[in-house]
Amino acid sequence: MSTPTPPLPRWADLILLPIINLFAAFFICGLIVLAIGENPIEALGVMIKGAFVYSGGLGYTLFYTTNYVFTGLAVALAFHCKMFNIGGEGQALIGGLGAALASFSLGVYLPAPLAIPLAVLGAFIAGGIWGVIPGYLQAKRGSHIVITTIMFNFLAASLMVYLLAGPMLEAGQQSPQTAKLAESTLLPKMADMLRPLGFDITSSPLNASFLIALGAMAVFYVLVWHTRLGFNIRSVGQNQEAAHYAGINVARTIIITMAISGGFAGLLATNEILGFNHKVVLNFTAGYGFTGIAVALMGRNHPIGIFLAALLFGALTQGGGELDFEFQSITREMVLLIQGMIILFSGALAYMFNPPLARMIAKFVAPKDPANG
Amino acid sequence: MNTALELKNVSKSFGLVKANKNINLAVEAGSIHGIIGENGAGKSTLMNIIYGMHRADSGEIHFGGQKVDVRSSADAIEHGIGMVHQHFMLVPTFTVLENVMLGTEGGLMLRDGRGAALERLLHLSETYNLQVDPHALVSDLNVGQRQRVEIIKALKGGAKVLILDEPTGVLTPQEADQLFEILKVLRDDGVSVLLITHKLSEIMDITDTVSIMRQGEMVGHRKTSETSPQELAELMVGREVLLEVDRKPAKPAEVRFSAKNLGYTNAQGVVELEDINFEVRSGEILGVAGVSGNGQTQLMETLAGMRHLTSGSLNILGTEVTAADQTDPRIIRDLGVGHIPEDRHTHGLVLNFEARENMILGFQDTELAGSGKLFDYKTIQQNCEDKMAHYDVRPPNPRLNAKNFSGGNQQKIVIAREFSANPGVLLVGQPTRGVDVGAIEFIHKQLLELRDAGCAILLVSVELDEIMSLSDRIMVLCGGQNVGIIDSADADRQTLGLMMAGQRQEAAA
Amino acid sequence: MADFLYQLLLSLDATLRIATPLMLCAMAGIFSERSGIVDISLEGKLLSGAFVAATIAALTGSAWLGLGCAMLAGIFMSLIHGFACITHRGDQVVSGVAINILASGLTIVLGIALFKRGGQTPSLPREDRFTPIEWWGVDMMDSVPVLGTIYRQLISGHNMLVYVALLAVPLTALILYRSRFGLRLRAVGEVPEAVDSAGISVTWLRYRALIVGGALCGIAGAYLSIAQGGNFVREMSAGKGYIALAAVIFGNWKPLSAFMACLMFGFLEAATTRLEGVALPLIGEVPTQLMLAMPYVLTVLLLAGFIGKPRPPAAIGRPYHK
Repeated sequence: MSTPTPPLPRWADLILLPIINLFAAFFICGLIVLAIGENPIEALGVMIKGAFVYSGGLGYTLFYTTNYVFTGLAVALAFHCKMFNIGGEGQALIGGLGAALASFSLGVYLPAPLAIPLAVLGAFIAGGIWGVIPGYLQAKRGSHIVITTIMFNFLAASLMVYLLAGPMLEAGQQSPQTAKLAESTLLPKMADMLRPLGFDITSSPLNASFLIALGAMAVFYVLVWHTRLGFNIRSVGQNQEAAHYAGINVARTIIITMAISGGFAGLLATNEILGFNHKVVLNFTAGYGFTGIAVALMGRNHPIGIFLAALLFGALTQGGGELDFEFQSITREMVLLIQGMIILFSGALAYMFNPPLARMIAKFVAPKDPANG
Repeated sequence: MNTALELKNVSKSFGLVKANKNINLAVEAGSIHGIIGENGAGKSTLMNIIYGMHRADSGEIHFGGQKVDVRSSADAIEHGIGMVHQHFMLVPTFTVLENVMLGTEGGLMLRDGRGAALERLLHLSETYNLQVDPHALVSDLNVGQRQRVEIIKALKGGAKVLILDEPTGVLTPQEADQLFEILKVLRDDGVSVLLITHKLSEIMDITDTVSIMRQGEMVGHRKTSETSPQELAELMVGREVLLEVDRKPAKPAEVRFSAKNLGYTNAQGVVELEDINFEVRSGEILGVAGVSGNGQTQLMETLAGMRHLTSGSLNILGTEVTAADQTDPRIIRDLGVGHIPEDRHTHGLVLNFEARENMILGFQDTELAGSGKLFDYKTIQQNCEDKMAHYDVRPPNPRLNAKNFSGGNQQKIVIAREFSANPGVLLVGQPTRGVDVGAIEFIHKQLLELRDAGCAILLVSVELDEIMSLSDRIMVLCGGQNVGIIDSADADRQTLGLMMAGQRQEAAA
Repeated sequence: MADFLYQLLLSLDATLRIATPLMLCAMAGIFSERSGIVDISLEGKLLSGAFVAATIAALTGSAWLGLGCAMLAGIFMSLIHGFACITHRGDQVVSGVAINILASGLTIVLGIALFKRGGQTPSLPREDRFTPIEWWGVDMMDSVPVLGTIYRQLISGHNMLVYVALLAVPLTALILYRSRFGLRLRAVGEVPEAVDSAGISVTWLRYRALIVGGALCGIAGAYLSIAQGGNFVREMSAGKGYIALAAVIFGNWKPLSAFMACLMFGFLEAATTRLEGVALPLIGEVPTQLMLAMPYVLTVLLLAGFIGKPRPPAAIGRPYHK
């Protein structure tokens, strides 16, 4: 299993390698843009301006970032337990259902300070349920989590189409969507929250979910590295046999992990549904669940890294929208291409550049003594 | 002299580890040549280079006097090299014939070459007494039969050199003797046999010449008739070794740990342990001997709570455990049982965890991880530093990942963790597998000290020498059954060997 | 009664049409997964094949050229998959996800760049597509009751690629179980070490399995865009690759069983369209969504061991290290 090259120093592994992978992904995408007959540098410029410079651009970027933080955390937590949760998409959808149910059933009777946490909890629990079933099937019945979570994405989509076009369809509506959620469960816009404090920012969809996302990052960090549950999760992920030896209930740990993971994905609904759409619409998850895989991979399953990766993808999503206005031949779908490339280079080909990089660094940096052998 | 195979200055590194350093080796045609060395001495790497599974970084390989470039197993096979790997290379869902055909199908469609392959298989099996049903599924064969298939596979192309990597690890001494008979027939047919082993007795019994490896280097070549086990051992280890451990007589006290009619049947319904009875007293070591794969692992894991016993009962420091009890490793540990698992990489350690995290593995719910709800890394760090100092773990760096320690130091981490909990009963599996000699002596000394302090120890090892030198009494397992328990004073290789083959102690004695 | 039978016949006819891309993708999945490579990228390869087939057919006016290039496109995607998870031992699932997202993005980006129709390709005239082939003697057979109708509706009158798909199944079985390549392929998915030590290259063997799979997915894609349909539409694979993967699992990685699973999944979908709004005796009206979700439900139940026990290739998902 050993590679015939010296090990990569930690700093290079954590910073240099991801940057090189990212660069490779952008480089290939640039070539494709070039082949289409547009200027890739110009396109990148448009995207950066759209994401950070234009008025409200940053707000939109952070709005999308929020989505990616949730799904990124979901995938990353599962990764810590060596579970591959491709089901973020479905868990987020069902999270929307949970938020809506909480809103319609209880939210109407309660004031905002009670109703909002309840709706958020609804999203978390519903997403968690959609995660815990594949988790249970993996832990207790040995069904492969990758396949089950893929199937559960489709099941969630079918269920939502059925509900939104049928039982939950807003009266008098043609397009499948629910009625507006209870006012007390809607999350305030960031711009509205900051105005009384004396900050005047351009209004954008950015809402209080962003704070929930930051909170989720903190919870994630403490959970994984500072609690016994986190120790159990990481033990199971690194070595199931050793975890069993150490008296850790492997099946239960997997199930709990998938419940929390699904819950994180479900929180996406707080941003998209409680914070923005204010009703459940079809396909509001728009691929965020899948991109969460890229976010987790790039972010090395650490909240800080996940935030940075989410910011990158948020900027791409927002900046990509600008492409539609500025170019004839390239559109926002360019972002899908970039995402695919990033997953390929940062995920599947993550270590392609490792050996040459390690050799190069070894040439310049005198090797320190390895651990006492 | 007619040299079949010659290596000149072969070197191979993995990362920063030099697995083979300037190896020179000459194997005479029609001889049995042994290669002996400790675990990790580089024997397997060298064989994989000859067989083309690894490429040497430098050096030359000569077959029949000609320099050749072995880039893959295909090249090696073409040059007349056959290999029986330590871990069998068989497809369990295929028949014997399909396994033998793989790689030499004899045509685009299987039916083109099936007849010829069957004929060849039957011919080989007759010539060398390698009985096996060509149409049986490999998954239905026992270990000995599978090894025969491997030998047929290695010989099918008319191999001139046959490499066997630790072939007797899974055999009883008697089965091993049968294998050796086959090897002698092959030698008389002009085949050169390369036998890789770490067992001195095998070298002395069957080889004509022997080469000794130590830490990636070839440290000597001898004619077997002109050497002694003592000399070989010294060459293997690099200094004079005491094959005996200085052990004072045991002073057994009260029974701390016992099994009564213990049985274990796995999920597939296969009976893996049957009717096991034993007791271990305070202050004694009960050794468990047997050919590997005869229930030792199942026994250890059942005793440690990692598997559920399916019949009978255990008594652990006064607590009765039966099949009806849902035990798990946590419960057993809390009763006061320490467990040094057979395979530290699979069970004892999380290799990607820091040493300090490994030092609380299994104790993560105790004060060792801090008294509050959250982990207290100051306590965890201190705990690790203390134990590393006490058990001489090197380097004493709690933040280093476990995988970056040497085998001996990894084992010391496990031992430090388990010993420090002051267990009333200790289960020890393969305590010195893949551990350097210095650490072996240290570990043996620690075990005996713990025994003398009153701990009841159950020791499983595939090294008969280790069992014989450490144990006060020896239990022999065969086919998941207890063949008998004898006093170590009465134990010799012959008796134990017969017992390992399943003969009851009365008959064996 | 006659009407019911006629309806059934039409459903079976539709089943075959729906099942065609599933069969091709499922056979592709079998090649790749039996060699030990998880293939959730069937979807992406299918989509790429559909796009390239429609594009090339639109640009050159040749359906055959479209088909050929679609196969090359499928192979190209397979090679990316192979490069990532065979050569660089990357995670097979991650690579599959990457390929699926890449295919989504690439087909739309290139489609817009080439045709400026929001990601669609121009509609192909009939003669640039694979059109139904009328078998010999259909009119003559018409006079025969029942059999004549079956002959006309079910056996005759499909486009060539349907027959290719039907042929792919026994051919896959033949290769897998009777040929040298098949023996090695099955071995490498179980114990790659055994293949390596027999002097066979694990890498090249797995690449070949992926290449065959890529070509099959390409044909399936061409079927969607230049045989069954007349142009490429965004995301036109619509999860068919995943259903094919479900069929592979459902068929326990065996060609004939996977074929039956494809037919069953196809029939479920065909029946859904027929049953829409129809109240069945005893059950009442079955929600369309439930019917469409059946393949997923069944696969989950199967994986959970409630319907038999699946036995995947032993080495699946495990990169090979020497």
